[in-house]
Amino acid sequence: MSTAPAAVELDDIQGLARFAYKNHTEAVFLLLRITDSAAARAWLGRAALTDAVSREPPPRTALQVALTSEGLRALGVAAEIVGAFSAEFVEGMAGDTSRSRRLGDQGANDPSRWRWGSGERVPHAAVLLYALPGQLQGLQQSIEAQLREGFEITDRLATHMGNTEPFGFVDGISQPEVDWNRRRPVKDATQYSYLNLSCLGEYLLGYPNEYGLYTPRPLLKPDRDAQRILPRAEDAPGSCDLGRNGSYLVIRQLRQDVSGFWQALDRYARGEASAREQLASAMVGRRLDGQPLMASTSVDAPGSDAQPSLNTFDYSADPQGLRCPLGAHIRRTNPRNADLPPGGSGIASRLLRILGLNRAAREQDLVPSTRFHRLLRRGRKYGVAVTPAQALAGTGAAEDLGLHFVCLNANIQRQFEFLQSAWLMSAKFDGLRAESDPLLGNRLPLAPGVPTDRFTLPQAGGPGRSLAGLPQFVTVVGGAYFFLPGIRALRFLSGAR
Amino acid sequence: MTPQSQFTVIAAVRAGRAHALRGLLESMTSQPGTADPHNGLVPFGDFAQLHFARLVLLDDPTLGDIEACGRPRPQLPVYLAFLGDCDGPARDCLADIARRAAAGLSAIFEHCEGFGGAAVLPWMIAHDLPVAAGYVNWVGRTVLQIREEHALQQALLARVDRLPVTSGADAQRRRRDLIDFVRVEQAAGRLTLTAPPPTPVSWWLARIANAVLVMALGLVALPFLIVLSPFLILRLRQLERADPEICPTPDPAALLELQLIEDLDVSNQYTAFGSVKPGWFRRWLLTLVLVAIQFTCRNVFTHGYLARVQTIHFARWVFLDGKTRVLFTSNYDGGHQAYMDDFINKVAWGLNLVFSNGVGWPRTDWLITRGARREMPFKYYQRRHQLPTQVWYKAYPGLTLINMTRNARIRAGLERTRVSDRAAAAWLELL
Repeated sequence: MSTAPAAVELDDIQGLARFAYKNHTEAVFLLLRITDSAAARAWLGRAALTDAVSREPPPRTALQVALTSEGLRALGVAAEIVGAFSAEFVEGMAGDTSRSRRLGDQGANDPSRWRWGSGERVPHAAVLLYALPGQLQGLQQSIEAQLREGFEITDRLATHMGNTEPFGFVDGISQPEVDWNRRRPVKDATQYSYLNLSCLGEYLLGYPNEYGLYTPRPLLKPDRDAQRILPRAEDAPGSCDLGRNGSYLVIRQLRQDVSGFWQALDRYARGEASAREQLASAMVGRRLDGQPLMASTSVDAPGSDAQPSLNTFDYSADPQGLRCPLGAHIRRTNPRNADLPPGGSGIASRLLRILGLNRAAREQDLVPSTRFHRLLRRGRKYGVAVTPAQALAGTGAAEDLGLHFVCLNANIQRQFEFLQSAWLMSAKFDGLRAESDPLLGNRLPLAPGVPTDRFTLPQAGGPGRSLAGLPQFVTVVGGAYFFLPGIRALRFLSGAR
Repeated sequence: MTPQSQFTVIAAVRAGRAHALRGLLESMTSQPGTADPHNGLVPFGDFAQLHFARLVLLDDPTLGDIEACGRPRPQLPVYLAFLGDCDGPARDCLADIARRAAAGLSAIFEHCEGFGGAAVLPWMIAHDLPVAAGYVNWVGRTVLQIREEHALQQALLARVDRLPVTSGADAQRRRRDLIDFVRVEQAAGRLTLTAPPPTPVSWWLARIANAVLVMALGLVALPFLIVLSPFLILRLRQLERADPEICPTPDPAALLELQLIEDLDVSNQYTAFGSVKPGWFRRWLLTLVLVAIQFTCRNVFTHGYLARVQTIHFARWVFLDGKTRVLFTSNYDGGHQAYMDDFINKVAWGLNLVFSNGVGWPRTDWLITRGARREMPFKYYQRRHQLPTQVWYKAYPGLTLINMTRNARIRAGLERTRVSDRAAAAWLELL
């Protein structure tokens, strides 16, 4: 491309794509069913969505709206437009048993047991409200009053903000740095080192992704948009881009058994506090304070904002998992590898690795390239916090607490679903024998007599240490795939007939 | 060493019988698409030399795509394919299956043209098509070896002392203890580690003769190819610009049918079918590429990897209908998503070499670039060409290739008489 790419239309993007609203410590996610489509459309058309423009001071409150495919249908959006969204979105998170199997939503995680998100309980829309301290109640009251006409509020997912996730670990450290300024060239080029700067098109539709391509999305003939609300598609200037500046929003409600977690670890550690914390750190890949088990390297990881040392590392110095176990949670969710396994930069060396003829490289080539499987995380905790000490003492065992896992991605299949199935749930990740994610695993056996409820800590010069019989710590109790439209796109959809 | 081989029995299904045949095949499964190893028709589990097998109806919904190339849609029947990957000669395996499952096979093939109560074995042999290119992940690794080494690993895992190793001498002592333990288990008949039989001389001779022949033909052809290359490259570029690209989103119901039979084990099956682009150029190019693949699969990629891909157990390409169509099948570890990810990010160039000769493939440049690197057109294309496999059998559920390779290393380390302290420690790390 000879011309510079067009600037990103921040005023057309819902703010959640750019901000985590960390100062907006109060938030609630309202799940809605449409009861009157005309009234619903009217509200969606006038809803004052918060955009992604940086403002000083930041807005006191933020309103974001996302719709499921069922919601689009209920609004009266034409079937061929709904069908042009990705198949995963159209079918929904709990849409069929094979998807549930891939996502690990079986056994205790089975959608039939969910509080919301399955069968009759699939929401049509999610309204996400964020507010600076003390501002939420007023906002929620006024929005709920506005929603009364067109919607039924089926669930109110309360959240609270904090530095740590419910098990007690500092969370939210690793995020891709989104290429808002479109610095990455639009081309399909091999990346020889791990790079945290991630193409905008991995999170927003209508922009080039890591392959230098535009993810399929509904492109409409101009006559469908007589009022010329929608932007034109960059890759198809003759079409209106309904996806542009929008994203797919994944919400999963994850109930965390905090006392179960710490008590199990206490048993493995035979009551010894430091051993217990070491095991917990090994499972996560970070210590409670967020410090990674890997030493920080000179890995180029822009976007690690205030805590560069917590995010500037990779695993190339630890192929066996002696420092950070291969199955550790953060190693599974972000393996920090490149397109080609490490080696020299000469043409011959690269060619050998491309052809698979370098044995050492092959041994480090079991995990797919990370850059195609990143997520922008926006999760929030819910429930009353239980400290590890309280958990050990047995308090809070019955508490309903956990995480509303929220993420944004442009390709649910390649990003969220891949990460969830091939990296978290897979019992064979990175050549492991039979163990799924130590935190999120559903512990269901691979086959009769082939359990996945273990965690291996490799040890130098000897057999690995193995924790067997891990109980299930995290249970999925709800979830859905939403489309978080661009602001113009929502206006267009609100006029749907 | 016992080499592996493949059989590819393909026959036309009699008109109007596909539906009944589908029902019959379904009766052989215990889960959707997964064979019951003890099913009453062909009890796959009884055949100790059989790694993988499948029965699949080849009913190509993309047959009409060729009209985009200006050719009429051919009138072709639905085929039934009975495919297997086995230890030793494929004909021996077919004979064994025919002997012990004649009634079941007859009940299946009775739905095919020209069977009519024929003797099963000669009929299967007559319908066993040559494989244009076949891939075996680890030449010489038998089902018996995989099972014995898995049992060995299980026994050692349960036995090994997991306290940290304190010294080289400690590592040596622990290794010796485990060796003694295995000897006791072997003596008690609880573990067996069968020594591999000698490699058949005929196999070596055939392999060497084949390699020499292919290289000789290559040398003969090379000057011609070089002389013709400007013309061939020009023709390729013309075709790459002109060939139609047919990559619509797959039909949701068809996609769901494929997904319902996936991820029931740590490995999955893949069956894809499509037409070769018309014209001499693509036909010859594809033939040449498959000869080259066959050559490298026999002589280079024989121990654990096909270029960068380390998750394919067995794969094959088969020409059908006078080289107008190609069947590709594979058995791979992991989910479909990860498999496609490997294809795109590790071997897109190799995929383009072969499959860009298929009607509708995402547009390539210079035969190896773009094409499969165009993620979504490629993903749509391959799903649209994929066929549901009605019956699929895997002899060792729960095991991946990486597991097996590690198990083989455990056994190799066990059988070595003397090792350094370092090697003893490295061996213990495998457990």
